[in-house]
Amino acid sequence: MKRANRIMTVIIFIFLYIPMVVLIVASFNTGKDITEFSGFTLKQYVRLFQDRSLLKLLANSLIISVLASFIATVFGTVAALGIHNLNPQMRKVAMTLTDIPMTNPDIVTGVSLSLLFVFVGTKMLGQRNSLTFWTLLIAHITFNLPYVILNVMPKLKQMDASLVDAAMDLGCTRVQAFFKVTVHEIMPGVVSGAIMAFTMSLDDFVISYFVTGPSFITLPVEIYSYTKKPIQPKIYAMFTLLFLIIFVLMTAMNLMQLVSDRKKAASHIGH
Amino acid sequence: MKKNKTGFLSIPYLIWMTAFTLIPLCVVAYYALTDPATGVFSLRNVRELSLYMPVLWRSIGYSLVSALLCLVLGYPVAYYIAHCGHTAQKFLYMLVMLPMCMSFLLRTLAWVGLLQDTGIINNILAAIGLPRLRMIRTPGAVVLGMVYNYLPYMILPLYATIVKIDGRLIEAAEDLGCNGVQVFARVVLPLSVPGILSGVTMVFVPAVSTFYISQKLGGTDTVLIGDVIERQFKQGSNPNLGAALSLLLMILVFVCTGIMNRFGGSSEEGSVMV
Amino acid sequence: MKKVIALCLAVCLALGCAACLSGCGGEKTTLYVYNWGQYIAEGDDDSLDVIAAFEEKYPDIHVEYSTFDSNEIMYSKLSNGGITVDVIFPSDYMVGRMRQEGMLMELNFDNIPNYQYIDDSFKNMAYDPENKYSVPYTWGTVGIIYNSKFVDEADVTGWELLWNEKYADKILMFDNSRDAFGIAQYLLGFDVNTTDEAQLRECAAKLMEQKPVVQQYVMDQIFDSMENEEAWIAPYYAGDYLTMVEENPDLKFYRPAHQGFNIFVDAMCIPTCCKEKEAAELFINFLCDPEISGQNMDYLGYSVPASASKAYMDPEVTEDPVAYPSADMLEKATSFNFLPEETARVMESLFMEARNS
Repeated sequence: MKRANRIMTVIIFIFLYIPMVVLIVASFNTGKDITEFSGFTLKQYVRLFQDRSLLKLLANSLIISVLASFIATVFGTVAALGIHNLNPQMRKVAMTLTDIPMTNPDIVTGVSLSLLFVFVGTKMLGQRNSLTFWTLLIAHITFNLPYVILNVMPKLKQMDASLVDAAMDLGCTRVQAFFKVTVHEIMPGVVSGAIMAFTMSLDDFVISYFVTGPSFITLPVEIYSYTKKPIQPKIYAMFTLLFLIIFVLMTAMNLMQLVSDRKKAASHIGH
Repeated sequence: MKKNKTGFLSIPYLIWMTAFTLIPLCVVAYYALTDPATGVFSLRNVRELSLYMPVLWRSIGYSLVSALLCLVLGYPVAYYIAHCGHTAQKFLYMLVMLPMCMSFLLRTLAWVGLLQDTGIINNILAAIGLPRLRMIRTPGAVVLGMVYNYLPYMILPLYATIVKIDGRLIEAAEDLGCNGVQVFARVVLPLSVPGILSGVTMVFVPAVSTFYISQKLGGTDTVLIGDVIERQFKQGSNPNLGAALSLLLMILVFVCTGIMNRFGGSSEEGSVMV
Repeated sequence: MKKVIALCLAVCLALGCAACLSGCGGEKTTLYVYNWGQYIAEGDDDSLDVIAAFEEKYPDIHVEYSTFDSNEIMYSKLSNGGITVDVIFPSDYMVGRMRQEGMLMELNFDNIPNYQYIDDSFKNMAYDPENKYSVPYTWGTVGIIYNSKFVDEADVTGWELLWNEKYADKILMFDNSRDAFGIAQYLLGFDVNTTDEAQLRECAAKLMEQKPVVQQYVMDQIFDSMENEEAWIAPYYAGDYLTMVEENPDLKFYRPAHQGFNIFVDAMCIPTCCKEKEAAELFINFLCDPEISGQNMDYLGYSVPASASKAYMDPEVTEDPVAYPSADMLEKATSFNFLPEETARVMESLFMEARNS
């Protein structure tokens, strides 16, 4: 049984990684056909760095995801504190609202937001240009918020309410108690919510595709239009570089976490 | 207690979510029920929906098959990872996450390169003297694309539930005379139901609404509902019809997830995985 | 753990700021250009990078370049107000439609002195009879591209090649209603500018009949599919054939002269949402400069509407009958006119039906 599982796992990982290997190999190909390796070259990487527009799109993606996830984290954490203290009925309403963008297919979210923006911008405000950086930002904040809420709420629930009372008994003001106790307790939820929101933003193609105009385009949206044209192999080079960066970042994070876990474990034993 | 005092903090959030999730859906409904040319109330788009019912059934069929395949393929992987050592677990978890962070458009494009008639797999087959296979532009290729793209969404929630199963329960079952199969069927499987439901939803919803996978890996007779919606909006044919189709898709998804939730009785946190 | 995350966020923020700083560089005028994909020389294969050359000549103008796949996509983006652009490149019938719907601005030809180089035969066209709104960019014809390695010359008899079951699953088809219906109309002997719904329905039936042999409905993906022989037959634009044949010499081009084929002009226009009209006119003027236009067209393979530019082009291209067909051949060509909105809508929805049936 265990052996069968192991074999299955290996097969699945091969399945998951083969296309990426194909793309990475293609980035070193002299020809532009992905199916035929005609020779080794680094020329695609040179082309990639000469292409200012691709690098700028990457920057655009980073700007939007940093901004959107930051705003959503602050906004969402405050909202979670509020929701936590609502009466059960209102809380149910709030959680249903939170669930809508989580359950709705991305394409429906994208379409509905774009119709709203065009409807309000063009029909009501008479603007020519209703899909901009700001609409993209609003859309990203909107689909990021539920991730923050759903990560913070469980932490608030787990938190022992008497901790705040205890802090105030010990002479903290309400504000101090909030920062010293509540914030401390929910921090892991806030952080994982923020990280999730950030990755969701950075990766999002479908929603962005519907709510963005040519004045501000993110990388995934541009990649989509790239794949509809004769493919330019420098896009493979970019894929390879991003793969490396993410791989290194994730490994580093995992290693650091392992080390800190060990330390914690060691100090526990020490006591 | 001083409950209700900070409840007001949620008001901006409620306003925001109403403005950017509920109202847009009303706008979609408004577009769906108006005539594209004149802008007056009409059921023309709703009537036209019947034309696209076959496309809708096809989308549902493909994504159900994909979700089941993901479950069958993903379960052993999740089970295996959950029973590895701490370090290995972390590392394997990361390896499952990693593909999700890379552009799914380009990864799907790589499958085109692998599967097409003049693609890598067929070239290898031809080189060793085997006949070429017709793989791309078949329903199978579309399902493969879905399974490939959404498998991690199945493995991660499965892993999260399996890893929480108390090992003592399994020991207890073994002590009471269960064999391996029985332990799995009576203890492990029932306990992983929340993970299964959440995984199936997380695969089904994006799969049923995808438009890129079928455009790239499908042929002329594997058009999915997402394709049609995308086309109505982006190619300027008829956004009002597109709105009607989106509404239909949304209702479908809400009904499906509603049934799922009824099954598993999942709670507020039920949907947070990853 | 916390430190790791703080570090990551800091890195991200720093990257974001750096990106922002590099993004905003002074008070340049930004000119939004919205063109077809693969429709300007971008400096690949030793060609001229037209946009870079323009920015070099006018250092205080920065060009933001984006592309569309078909006239219909461009039209819908502009008409539903999603975007603001300054220069667009619609085809003839689309110029007519946008002109009639008041979506184009009148050009100030004082800013476009290079208009003098445009050949007289491309002035006073039906889509812009008074030459107020458009400057021709390129022209060309539609024909069938096929791979002579797999396709029997005896089968290349006309548009019916695209219906030939012998090549089932190896045939690509236009993914826009106007071009697709055009082919059916030439095949059935109808007028390509008809508004008769019965005829359109017949065309739709013909296209539905074609569907089983069609590999995919695509636009610019034709390049890759034809070059790597994934597909063998595709209708497309002559200029793009010249680009493809450089990669795959087995490709051939054929115009069914006895049935008729489409001749088109793609023009440069300024939409009413334009914010930088003068810069837009400078850009149009720049593209009409014989030297620039010659080098640009040399790369594109499309035909140039200004004979003066030919002096700067490879004579092999200017004498190629694919790009510059003989006068006899051109007599058989017809151009698409602007169709009433209702007809365009019917056509689009019939095409969707045929495509998704």
